[in-house]
Amino acid sequence: MLQTFDISPAQIETEKLYKEMGLSDNEFEMVKSILNRRPNFTETGIFSVMWSEHCSYKTSKPLLKKFPTKAPHVLQGPGEGAGIIDIGDNQAVVFKIESHNHPSAVEPYQGAATGVGGIIRDVFSMGARPIALMNSLRFGNLTSERVKYLFKEVVHGIAGYGNCVGVPTVGGEVQFDDSYEGNPLVNAMCVGLIHHDEIQKGIAAGIGNTVLYAGAPTGRDGIHGATFASDDLAEDANKDRPAVQVGDPFMEKLLIEASLEVIHSDALVGMQDMGAAGLTSSASEMASKAGTGMEMDLDLVPQRELNMSAYELMLSESQERMLLVVKKGREQEIIDVFEKYGLQAVAVGEVIEEKTFRLKQHGEIVADIPVDALAEEAPVYQMPSKEAEYFNTFQQMETQIPLVTDYTEMLGKLLEQPTIASKEWVYDQYDSMVQTNTVVTPGSDAAIVRIKGTDKALAITTDCNSRYIYLDPETGGKIAVAEAARNIVCSGANPLGLTDGLNFGNPTKPEIFWQMEKSVAGMSDACRTLGTPVISGNVSLYNESRGKAIFPTPVVGMVGLLETLDHLTPSYFQHEGDLVFLIGETKAEFGGSELQNVLADPDQIYSGKAPFIDLQVEAKRQTQLLDAIHQGIVQSAHDLAEGGLAVALAESVFSEAGLGVSAYLDGDMTVKLFSETQSRFLVTVKPEDEERFAAQVEDAKQIGVVTGDHTYTVIGNGEKVIEENVHTLCKRWKGAISCLLKSKA
Amino acid sequence: MKFAVIVFPGSNCDRDMYHAVKDVLGEEAELVWYENSNLENYDAILLPGGFSYGDYLRSGSVAATSDVMKQIKEHAAKGKPVLGVCNGFQILLEAGLLPGAMLRNKNLAFMCHQEALRVANNTTIFTQSYAENEVVRFPIAHGEGNYYCDEETLNELKQHHQIVFTYENNPNGSTSDIAGIINKQGNVLGLMPHPERAVEAIIGSDDGLKVFQSIVRNWRESHVANV
Repeated sequence: MLQTFDISPAQIETEKLYKEMGLSDNEFEMVKSILNRRPNFTETGIFSVMWSEHCSYKTSKPLLKKFPTKAPHVLQGPGEGAGIIDIGDNQAVVFKIESHNHPSAVEPYQGAATGVGGIIRDVFSMGARPIALMNSLRFGNLTSERVKYLFKEVVHGIAGYGNCVGVPTVGGEVQFDDSYEGNPLVNAMCVGLIHHDEIQKGIAAGIGNTVLYAGAPTGRDGIHGATFASDDLAEDANKDRPAVQVGDPFMEKLLIEASLEVIHSDALVGMQDMGAAGLTSSASEMASKAGTGMEMDLDLVPQRELNMSAYELMLSESQERMLLVVKKGREQEIIDVFEKYGLQAVAVGEVIEEKTFRLKQHGEIVADIPVDALAEEAPVYQMPSKEAEYFNTFQQMETQIPLVTDYTEMLGKLLEQPTIASKEWVYDQYDSMVQTNTVVTPGSDAAIVRIKGTDKALAITTDCNSRYIYLDPETGGKIAVAEAARNIVCSGANPLGLTDGLNFGNPTKPEIFWQMEKSVAGMSDACRTLGTPVISGNVSLYNESRGKAIFPTPVVGMVGLLETLDHLTPSYFQHEGDLVFLIGETKAEFGGSELQNVLADPDQIYSGKAPFIDLQVEAKRQTQLLDAIHQGIVQSAHDLAEGGLAVALAESVFSEAGLGVSAYLDGDMTVKLFSETQSRFLVTVKPEDEERFAAQVEDAKQIGVVTGDHTYTVIGNGEKVIEENVHTLCKRWKGAISCLLKSKA
Repeated sequence: MKFAVIVFPGSNCDRDMYHAVKDVLGEEAELVWYENSNLENYDAILLPGGFSYGDYLRSGSVAATSDVMKQIKEHAAKGKPVLGVCNGFQILLEAGLLPGAMLRNKNLAFMCHQEALRVANNTTIFTQSYAENEVVRFPIAHGEGNYYCDEETLNELKQHHQIVFTYENNPNGSTSDIAGIINKQGNVLGLMPHPERAVEAIIGSDDGLKVFQSIVRNWRESHVANV
């Protein structure tokens, strides 16, 4: 990183210093023509962060436009800090997911912690009280010491931050695959609750109004974080540690309380958090959205280090900072609220009519940029796209049924795979219960958070099977959305909408852009068919290390509404004697399956076709199951995912109830037990409701019965193929992750 | 009966405590910001969990030196019920209202789940609604809940029946499985598990409600003349 700041505009151009900040030759020419002159050092820095992929979405914008974002219940779609969906009774739910991948790869504790802090600010800057956190994590396999370290520290970071701010971490998912070895994914989602009349927007309206800076002082941490996040992770990524921010959850907690207090003042005009690209993006975006300009005096910005340059002040990503616009003359009312919490709030500038972003320092103008050039008029690229070569090969492959001889042992082995194994080691470290709304704690299909004062509750899930998306991005994209909706439906809730966390490799490679294009197309299709609009999201590109991209991982964070807690349905079996139904037929589909992972040779783990999905069938089954749940004739519902029916049956008996299962299957046992055919559900029903259920859910077929003997039994074609003590299976499932963490590589 | 829920910067179970007393129990309660407060008109003082002052220095140590704690000490000396949960317990230890100290959990990690507790003393004003040796389930959520005291203090705690809650399956390494202790006068209770998170079956347990019911019952009985 450049360390000297007395560099002349001419030098920036002739020595192409802008390239080090992430601007291309073309983009630098654009900057010159916008300004009608060469930019100075500070301005070059401002353009480079605002035009980074992280802030401008310059390569993903054309794709994001394809997502359906509107529906009658959507109060705020993409574009603000977070999206908002109406849930009736003058209440609305606010949510968004955001990635913090690159920081977590080099400094996992702080990277993950500040990811949590950032997404919480996005939600309370809308005026909403954060009520739940989720996270979606991806790591390499737990065989190398480095991966174990990253995994442990990311979990510690999430816990350290989330527990302290008092927002429960209610669930999420963790998956392990080699493709994430050097580039883990840390996506954090926050859900907030708001009254319609409390919704804030990040706008700098009202000429002459005051710009107020609140929260932590600005330091030299996280400078150029957004640009760092918009490039491949280099071999020597450790040198980028200074680009990682350091979080203070105590400060964040105070900021939450102060911000939620000031929204009740009519002196507040707009509020936005300082996230990626810090003061630069919050200020310029607020002005751009309001059609105004902004002038700031950087000498007034609270600073925690001496002699900070304009460049450093504008590009710092110091955490726990907010930017507010307040009515002129009424600053003190707002300042008083922050001071009550021991926080600084100072006037640093004003809203001006001229649509320019003007910064002063030491009495001189240090930047003067047309405001729309930074935000709305950032360049947009249509990247070349090319079908990945492997795709065609995989599509041509004949379906092969893997050879399994000992089904009991294979079931045990699958339950020990870290992607399937219990994540208790992870979530026990998270305060999942603070705020006393958590009805269903981590470990279920969806987390359930009740809404006090009503009989309603929210169902929240994150999902993304990136193996399928790697094999077939379009089909995999559909599956990601469908699976999230399945999880919501199984809990008894109606899916409302989703936030997407799009994690991909380097988009300038045509095969990567093709993955992006196809998976977004598949997701959009599923969103339309299942009626779940995309209301917010985040794009993280350049997730590569040593030139190898991660599996395409567009994480879906979905929220659903339980109209009444009476509809709440557990994911595990409830009573001895209940009938076990499987909804959906099972075909031989092993591409991207956990079975393939366990059996395949290490050089080419995943191959073949991704499981097929018919969205119409998916929608029909979800609707019929949800209707049955609402009629009160479903005792438990669980979706079939990694490991197929065998794993779903096991998860259904891993509870304190001491139950077991006897299942009767016909056909090829490897297919019936381990195939990952989509759109399937495992449901239990009381014997007296059998007929009503069968009439309600067309594709349901009884496959067994819940027993009281704590034994997992499968009779295949009339013969016993699995008989195992549930406790023995549960022990393998529960202990697998801590066992892997302890073992020496 | 009127409860004060003290709010320090960084408290995060304050609203949960308020909800338990006000909405679930139906008693009067107020959130009382730690500055410029007057606790005279409250009948019981609740110190909620959280991370007061970000746990900086040591859990509870900064809050223990605040002005409001001076008042709380005075009220405690006069016999007013004071209940500290989780960080509230840590503050009571740091303030010297209860003996002993907290170490980090033995596995050095934060932990959050339901734990089975035994009511080791059901004769206190906080536990008289429980049966003798009743086993209850409260959530725990802490990184520093490993209670420690020296041999002499432990003997004294035992001698005066000051051990009120013990863990059935000690999760954090606490001395003698201690989950909660009371002062000698019997009006200041500190415990790491969260009774306020166990007041409604829908959130996993309502076993904690009796802690608050006990306080109310005792207060009503001792104020019967005023009713």
